[in-house]
This record gives sequence, C-alpha cells and structure tokens, in this order.
Amino acid sequence: MIGVISYLVFFTTVASILAIAVLGLNLQWGNTGLFNGGVVAFFGAGAYGTLILGGTAQDGQLGGFALPYLLALLGGMAVAGIMAWIVGVLTLRLRHDYLAISTFGIAVAFENLMRNAQWLGGGAQGIRGFERPLRAALGDGFTYNILFLLCVLGLLFLTYRFLETLVASPFGRQLRAIREDETAARSLGKNPDHIRLTAFITGSVIMGLAGGLYATFYAFISPQDILPTLTFQIWAMLIVGGAGNNKGAMLGAFLIWAAWTASGWALSRFAPVEAQLYTGSIQYILIGLIIVGMLLWRPQGLLPERLVVSQSGKRPE
Amino acid sequence: MIQHLLDGILVGAILSLGAAGLTMVMHMLRFANFSHAELLSIGAYAALVFDQLFKGLMPVMATHIGPLSMTWALVAAMLVSMVITGLSAVLFDRLIFRRVRENGEELSMVFASFGLALIIRNAIGLIFGLHTKLYSQDIVFATVLSRDPLILVKPDQLASLAITLTLIAVLHLILSRTTFGYALRAVAENPTLAQVNGINLRRMIVVVWLLGGGLAALAGVLYGLNNQITPVIGRDLVLPIFAATIVGGIGSIYGALLGGFIVGIAANLAVMVFSAGYSPAVPFLIILAVLLIRPNGLFGEERT
Repeated sequence: MIGVISYLVFFTTVASILAIAVLGLNLQWGNTGLFNGGVVAFFGAGAYGTLILGGTAQDGQLGGFALPYLLALLGGMAVAGIMAWIVGVLTLRLRHDYLAISTFGIAVAFENLMRNAQWLGGGAQGIRGFERPLRAALGDGFTYNILFLLCVLGLLFLTYRFLETLVASPFGRQLRAIREDETAARSLGKNPDHIRLTAFITGSVIMGLAGGLYATFYAFISPQDILPTLTFQIWAMLIVGGAGNNKGAMLGAFLIWAAWTASGWALSRFAPVEAQLYTGSIQYILIGLIIVGMLLWRPQGLLPERLVVSQSGKRPE
Repeated sequence: MIQHLLDGILVGAILSLGAAGLTMVMHMLRFANFSHAELLSIGAYAALVFDQLFKGLMPVMATHIGPLSMTWALVAAMLVSMVITGLSAVLFDRLIFRRVRENGEELSMVFASFGLALIIRNAIGLIFGLHTKLYSQDIVFATVLSRDPLILVKPDQLASLAITLTLIAVLHLILSRTTFGYALRAVAENPTLAQVNGINLRRMIVVVWLLGGGLAALAGVLYGLNNQITPVIGRDLVLPIFAATIVGGIGSIYGALLGGFIVGIAANLAVMVFSAGYSPAVPFLIILAVLLIRPNGLFGEERT
C-alpha cells in the first residue's frame, strides 16, 4: 500500500511539474498563437540554471555557486527568459514558421551544447550532487517527497492563478486580439511585436520554472533529459487538454503523463523480451498518433477554449 | 581545409535536394513541414528494400558500376524509391495535411507535421530495427587526390555529386521551360490569381508533393550511400534542411539549392573552429545569422 501511495506521490509530482510547463506553452500558443518548437530548451535552461547556480562546486566545471535555493530557481527562470528574449527579438516579427524553426533549432543547439561543454554542464554525464532544499531538516524519505509535492502543487496553482488573471486582464485581451487579427490590433494602436515578445518571454520563464523544479526533484540533469521528444510530449499535453484553456492544459498534462507511464509499464511487462528494445519507439508512435488524431477529430481539445465576452449582458449566440 | 570543403559540398548537395522540395511545400501550403526530412529516411529505406529485391531477382544487377560501391540494382531501386516516396508524401497530405488544412487552422499544420515526423521515424525503427544498415558491405577505397595536404575523395562522393547536379539541371528545365513550371511559379506568386487563371490548385499541390518527395528520396539514398542508413536520418537532417531553406529564402527554389551548399560547407568548415561535437548546432547559428542580417534569405521576398 505504501508503495502505491509513494508511487502516486512520485507520479503526481512529475505530472504537476510538466503541467507548469504546459501552462507556459498555453500562454504562448493557446493565448497568443506563437509556435514554440523548442519548449525543452527553455525547460532545460531552467533546469541547468538552477543546478549550476544552486549546486556545490565540482572540479573543472562552472558553477557550484551554492546560492540559496530560491535564488537559484529564480536564476534558472531568468536564464530561460534571456534565451527567449534573444530568440524572440530575432524571429517574432517574422512569420510564425521562422519562430517554429528557430525555437526547434535552439532546442537542438542547447542539447548539443550541454552534451559537449564539459565545463558548463558536465557534458554527457550531466550535473549531479545538488543538495535538495531543506533536506537536512526533513530527511530523504516519504515526508520529504510529500512536502515537495505540496510545494509543486502550490506553484502549479500560483502559476494557474497568475495566468488566469493575466488572460482576463487587458493584456490578455490584447494577446487574443493579436492572435485573431493582427492588423486590426495594430490599427487600434497596439504594438503586436512588443506584446508578443512579452508573452513569449513570460511563457518561457514559466517553462524555466518547470525545468528548475524537475532538476530539483531528481537532483540531477543531463542532456538525456532534454531531448526534443520532451517537446513533443508537452505539446501533446496541450493539444489533448485544449489549447487556450488553462484547466485543459493541466488536465492534458496528467492524462498524457498517465498514458505515457502506463504504456511504458504495460510494454515492459507484457511485450516479448525481444521487443523491449522498441518500447520507446512504440510509445513515441502512440504520442504521434494522439497528436495527429486530436488535430483531425477534435482540434479544440478535451476542454475547448471558453469564449470570452468582454461586454457583460450580451451573451454570444 | 580543402578536404572539409569537399565533404561540405557533398553534404550540401544532399541538403540542397531536401531543401528544394521543402521550400516548395512551405511556400505553397504556408507551413513549416517538420516531417519533410523523414521523407529522406523513407527514401533511403525504400531503396534498401528494392536494392535487395533486384539483387535477388536479377543477380546480374548486383555488379558494381565502375569503381563505385553503387550497383545497377541500387540505381534502379533509387528510381523506384523516388516514386514511392513521392506517393507517400501525397498520401500523408491526403490523410493528414489536407484535412487539417480544411479544418482551417493554419498553424496546426506545423504541429501535425511534428506528430507525423514522430510516427514515421519510430515506425521505421520498429520495422527495420534501430541499428544502422548499409547498401553495400564492400569497402571502397578513397582515391587520393593529393598527398600534401592529404585530400581523399571516394568515387561514390563524385557520383553522388554528379547525380545531384544532373537533377538540379533537370529541375531547372522543368521550372523554366514547362507549363508546369510556369504554373508552379504563378501559384507561388499569388495562389488566388493563379486559380482565377485556370490553374488547378489541388493538382498543383499533388505535383509539388510528388516532386518534393522524389527529391527527398534521392537525397536520402545519397546520404545513406555516403554515410549509413539509420532511422534517425530525418532527425539529424531536419535542422540543416530548414537552415538551407531559410538561407535561400522560403519559397525560392534556387535559393534553397544554393542554401543547401552554403549550410553544408559552413557546417563542415566549422569543424576546424569548434570541435566536431558541436556541428549539429551550426545550422541554428546560421539561421540566427541570416535572420539577423537578411531576414528574408538571399533570394526571398517579404511575405506576410
């Protein structure tokens, strides 16, 4: 029984962390229509940033600044934001294709850099040896994991509240206005470039937060954790849940993560031994089919975007 | 230096073929097709299957052409593969892209292509296995062009280059001399106006997929011939091919051809500056540099 509960705690923690990343993506894609093909780069920037800033010194490696945990986490988020700013300034005024390609490119480049730059992120071995916050006080066991889960759930809730408020604010109206009709928004005196950049950076910082929490949870990060396939998974979560709907984004995160872990478990358990090597391939085909299937048959997702009516009293037809 | 240049030209030729097809599709259907590079994998594996088949059916075809590792069987298989890959591209459009397009959400196309790429890549891994394969087990020795500095060229590399250049010439003739070429350029210029003038847009889309798929198949076979055939060819080449289209300017076929060579050569020359491990990141730097200096590419026009 305790095994089941502790697995559920583990599962919920990872799913909640990913849900935060999906919320960040929803701000970019769901609310603003920005195609980020490199979610994992910003996630990874947060993860590496947090570990490098907060970790203890290692030989021949940058970092080990041993900053207080919250500062390290904020630093990781800042690294993600700076990366988003550079890519955004260069590409956001162009067509969405360019943004999709260059964000995909930054994810490839980031993974490549981390795999090679031994001095920066430990190379292929990754960064280890991060002292988890409050570990000394709470020990390493079940209590710690429960408390960490509560923290993650709290941050998920805060992110959700923040984004709901943001989307309901005049700024949120501007985002949708730009998504729907940029020319009209511009003619009303709005500056789409500026607003888009703000939304892109904000979303990426939230992904950085998710990455930082992920690295904290595992106390380890390596290039293996930031492969482009994580981008696909996070995207699948948003598509399934419903782009434009923050509740949908969180629902999708839990559903896809459950489907992913359940299929992995089932394959490892029931598939013949010689097929075990292909478990990953089968799982990725499933993810691909879910993505394409949703786009074909239910493009609005399980929880569609709610129609926002700005003038009260007038109900939409 | 010259060795890197030569290798770069060869890689560039392969990227050119991939980018030419991609740029046509991107321009006509207005979406960044992340699954285009997977067509190279399909091409490489289709050729592998038919190569074995032809060798089995007609052992005569298994003889090597001159000093090449290429056999007549592979040449025939390559042609079959171009047709098959082109037809697969049309099929993917029918099954997925056309329907997403008709749902009206233009941006969803990019995402559909993400999903399709994931399916194709892993399905290939599942069917053919994750390990690498080769068209020929025979070792072909490189010809020494010069000893100081040492420059080595494999006969296969020269043949690949010759095939690519021939195909580029054919493509040029198609674009500049045929009604189809005019129609293609008209659609690229202004799809609505082209339709008013009696161009069947649906048929044009099919032809563009066939052409793009065929070029991609050829690129895939040449890549497999000079490297190895693995299920991750598409994953490794998607970014360089995108870089080539952006360098050339999206929609410009000639730009894409030139862009392919530029990216291939730049990525190979970069090995002299950075360590080889960093070369997958070079296309990204090229993309950023182009967007910074000339956002619409060398031959591209401003688009909305």
